Amino acid sequence: MMINTITLLLGVTLLYSTPMIFGALGGVLSERSGVINIGIEGMMTFGAFAGAAAGYYSGNPWIGVLCAALAGGVLALLHAVAAITCQADQTISGVAINLLGPALAVFFCRLAFDGSTMSYPVANKLPKIFGSGAEGIWANLNVDIMVVVALLFAVAMWFVLYRTKWGMRILAVGENPAAADTLGINVYKTRYACVILSGILAGIGGATVTLGIVAQFTQTSIAGQGFIALAAVIFGKWKPMGAYRACLIFGFSQALTVVLGGGAIAVPTEILAMLPYVLTIVILILFVGKSVAPKADGVPYVKGRR
Amino acid sequence: MEKTVKFFKKPITATLIAIFCGFLVATVILAVSGYNPFEAFGALLGGIFGRPKYVSNVIIKSTPIILTGVSVAFAYKMGLFNIGAEGQFIVGAVAANVVGIVCDFPAVIEVPLVLLAGVAAGALYGGIAGWLKAKYNINEVIVGIMLNWMALYFSNFVCNVERFHKPESDGAYAIHESGFISFFTNWKTTEAAAEFVQAHPFIGDILRTDANAGILIAIALTFAVSFLLYKTTKGYELRAVGSNRDAAEFAGIDVGKNMVQTMLIAGALSGIAAAIAIAGNNPHGITQLSAFESNGLNGLSVAFIAGGSPIGCIFAGLLFGALLYGGQSIQYVVGAPSEIISILIGTIVFLIALKDMVPVLIDKMGKRGVK
Amino acid sequence: MEIRKDYAVQMRDITIKFGSYTALDRVQLDVKKGSIHAVLGENGAGKTTLMNILYGLYQANGGDIYLYGEKVEMKNPNVAIAHGIGMVHQHFMLVDNFTVTQNIILGQETTRAGGVVDLKKAREEVMGIVKKYGLEVDPDAYISDISVGMQQRVEILKALYRGVDILILDEPTAVLTPQEIGDLIDIMHKLVDDGKTIIIITHKLKEIKASADYCSIIRRGKYIDTVEVSKVSQEELADMMVGHRVKLVVDKEEAKPGDVVFEVNGLSAKDNRGVYVLKNLSMQVRRGEIFGIAGIDGNGQKELVEAITNLIRVESGTIRINGKNIENRTTRETMDAGISTIHEDRQKRGLVLDFSVEDNAVLDTYMKEPFSRKSILNRKEIRKFASGLLKDYDVRPDSCEELAIRGLSGGNQQKVIIGREIANNPDLLIAVQPTRGLDVGAIEYVHKMLVRERDKGKAVLLISLELDEVMNVSDTIGVIYDGAIRCTFKQGEVDERTIGLIMAGGTLDGKNS
Repeated sequence: MMINTITLLLGVTLLYSTPMIFGALGGVLSERSGVINIGIEGMMTFGAFAGAAAGYYSGNPWIGVLCAALAGGVLALLHAVAAITCQADQTISGVAINLLGPALAVFFCRLAFDGSTMSYPVANKLPKIFGSGAEGIWANLNVDIMVVVALLFAVAMWFVLYRTKWGMRILAVGENPAAADTLGINVYKTRYACVILSGILAGIGGATVTLGIVAQFTQTSIAGQGFIALAAVIFGKWKPMGAYRACLIFGFSQALTVVLGGGAIAVPTEILAMLPYVLTIVILILFVGKSVAPKADGVPYVKGRR
Repeated sequence: MEKTVKFFKKPITATLIAIFCGFLVATVILAVSGYNPFEAFGALLGGIFGRPKYVSNVIIKSTPIILTGVSVAFAYKMGLFNIGAEGQFIVGAVAANVVGIVCDFPAVIEVPLVLLAGVAAGALYGGIAGWLKAKYNINEVIVGIMLNWMALYFSNFVCNVERFHKPESDGAYAIHESGFISFFTNWKTTEAAAEFVQAHPFIGDILRTDANAGILIAIALTFAVSFLLYKTTKGYELRAVGSNRDAAEFAGIDVGKNMVQTMLIAGALSGIAAAIAIAGNNPHGITQLSAFESNGLNGLSVAFIAGGSPIGCIFAGLLFGALLYGGQSIQYVVGAPSEIISILIGTIVFLIALKDMVPVLIDKMGKRGVK
Repeated sequence: MEIRKDYAVQMRDITIKFGSYTALDRVQLDVKKGSIHAVLGENGAGKTTLMNILYGLYQANGGDIYLYGEKVEMKNPNVAIAHGIGMVHQHFMLVDNFTVTQNIILGQETTRAGGVVDLKKAREEVMGIVKKYGLEVDPDAYISDISVGMQQRVEILKALYRGVDILILDEPTAVLTPQEIGDLIDIMHKLVDDGKTIIIITHKLKEIKASADYCSIIRRGKYIDTVEVSKVSQEELADMMVGHRVKLVVDKEEAKPGDVVFEVNGLSAKDNRGVYVLKNLSMQVRRGEIFGIAGIDGNGQKELVEAITNLIRVESGTIRINGKNIENRTTRETMDAGISTIHEDRQKRGLVLDFSVEDNAVLDTYMKEPFSRKSILNRKEIRKFASGLLKDYDVRPDSCEELAIRGLSGGNQQKVIIGREIANNPDLLIAVQPTRGLDVGAIEYVHKMLVRERDKGKAVLLISLELDEVMNVSDTIGVIYDGAIRCTFKQGEVDERTIGLIMAGGTLDGKNS
């Protein structure tokens, strides 16, 4: 019985963490280059819809993932133009993305699926790592392949940021864009690339929900994962592996509500549901300490401004 | 030419341009999706102004978001982003509802009691975020979002507590009638009223709605907040800290204290917005929530459209309420998804974010003429 | 002058506008190969802008650049770097949480396959250059941990790593002791011996005389002249820089100091990393006296001011004004006790840029009568006070009470601050870097104000990184080193060399501590 609960917890944790991991990795990349991205939630929602729709009409979940990535990237491009070229307030722009993402998603959902606010279930979800016939404990641990992909992406981002020259330049642009500029590094191009990539990642994260965890898009598919991803970025001190671990912790607290909510302990479901959020605040108080955000985070770069 | 340039440099112009462009984008999207944009906008206008009942409902829908807008705008003057307005609204509603159920006093006491309950709960909730920011420098956006979710589940929890749960419904009991602030609540259902409505269809139509005193309270509070910000020493301090924390600190202003005070006031504003909704609108009680009703979140958009000005929130709030309420007609009359309104609003907010660019662009354009 | 191959840099008719503001108007520059060429001008004259154009950071609206006789389009820094131009900026362009080596190779990283950075090889290459020119650095240290002098050497190494032939130095001596300035001049000569050309941007007349062969003068964006440095005096250079006769010494009568009004005893405090940065500091300032603190940046000046204004905690020791202890009280209590401060960073600490001029004028006093009553602001009184202040201190433009103070020039902003602080009628006026970024006329004005306060019988504490300013303006000079005042002298008692020695940690008997 014990091992069943443990494997169940592990499986659900990995399941719930994965969308947030993609979102958080996107957040890390964007902020490391110096652009705050509050709009992760909106990008994930739009990506979730695009993924489900493309997955339904094409019958292939991977095409769905591709479309989700594109959808997230397009929204991110809007944010990039606002934040980088127009030097707009990045927080307002992010909030606008969070309004547009779900609105566009439901709007097109109605158009694509006969006026319904839910997409039709896809025939083929993303494959699971142990195939479709796993049983018992293995069924508990039979998560979809995106879990592995998320880990790979996290490791890859760590490697690129801290071991390669492109990563070095991204870090420099986020810490001291003027210095990078004087050395011939194109600050604007670097930031554009990072913001669009963060949208692509967020979009993929959204697809993980609508093509992996469930098999369709609804208005509540993405309900807060994007914001928890933001908290994970801060909690993980803007490092890819740190954000990865933070998402696991949040996923775990959500898994607890599912597993415990089965009635083993008589806690009202609503109080249990608060758990992940309370945990986030407690962790922020205990562990954040001095802010270590990239120095130029959120500050538009203007040549020649002293 | 110079006069035109000057006009374009005013902040309100950028807002109007953003609204106009928002409609342009919505037009394009509607057209591309196969709907007639002008029919849609016609339906929208009809849904706002078509009947006195509609106008009344717009005002009713706008009232809470005017106040949450002021809440966000007020905090923004301090450099704080009160995304937690949604949670403050929810706990304000819960407190108002609970107090309205538990206490049964004559109206002259009950109404202030209910409203104050909302103020207190909202202020407390806002104060938590402010304190965490002042003491631990934790980003108020993250805290606000977490608190929002906690408020949602807490509200549902209270809703289901036996003492408060209304049987055969998914909500709580209404507050006692003495707490209502809607106009002529009881008289509306009498025979004398029915005759009056026949004779005076205009007012009669309005009386069909939940017309209440909330809008008056909201406007009064907005002016009070504006007075506080610009005419008092406390407002001076708050604006100084919001504009340049270091200089304020050096001049002897207590930054942490002001942060907490700002969030207390901002929370109180969102809280009373909720209390007004409870006291003014049916069903006069909270219901089970499966998602955010967005009164607080819409306050963000209202504040941005208003350019951060509290008085501006009155107009922005009415505009927003009109769009939200009238937007329902679009789906009804033309068949286009009513999400087009959300897209419209999202686009407007996005363009508002770009508005600092407008004076720069106008400068450049102005120079093309002079060589 | 015609375009020649033996001239490293020639710039012709360079013009650049920022919006409607013309920063440079048909400026010329001719720099002979293998020379040290100074570009002289006041703050805001346009010298840094001119060099930024040479380095490709800005693109001029008009004019051409020639290197060794060939015309070059300086589209961006990469082009400049490819042509052997390197620039060491006034405000260092270093990434704080990177190491010295990482900063040096950034943008031109030595890599293995797949873009992976080869730190070991980079380190070797860097150390090679270090040995060749004798530029001492620690390749593995983080920028945030090293001294300002070493940071500057890292900047020079960045240029050398890229094979620089033409090195531009922007105000390089602002952060150095007299000894370090000597070291820098030695390095410059070594580079020139190696065939390199050096352009140095500065407003320090003494350094030009000590190091440069030629000097071009820029005034308000216009080119004035180029001279051979050995053939002109400092006064002549100053006249050309400003456009009229300039007095290089402050006009003042003999000081008549009264009794001690401000006293610090055994003050110790930690910085935000928990390290002791004020170590048992003691000093006294008398009424009617200007006490100047000379020292290199980073020896405790900043923390001393923060301790007095109660922005940091005092671990031990006392601070007394008029006999009253004020250590570890609130900022407001210190102000009420009779201390007003002109902060070095006027835009960060001194002003709320978004507020109007009049709102800034009452930043210290808005809560007192007559500016407010029962928490309601009295706009009429505020306006009256502000108008008086603007008139007394000749703040331009006229009638700017309602304008956002952001729109005023640096000099006028500083006047508002000085007027405000003096209006508080303090017993001790603290002025920290009060003339930073101001032009000669404004500097003269500020010094006059400080002397006027002294003559009124106030005590003035002047803290400045410009040794000349401290030596010219102060009646008494205290030298700060490593968190304490090491020696105190009367004005004129010792020469600059001696003070420089103590600033660097030496002692009066010649030994280095």
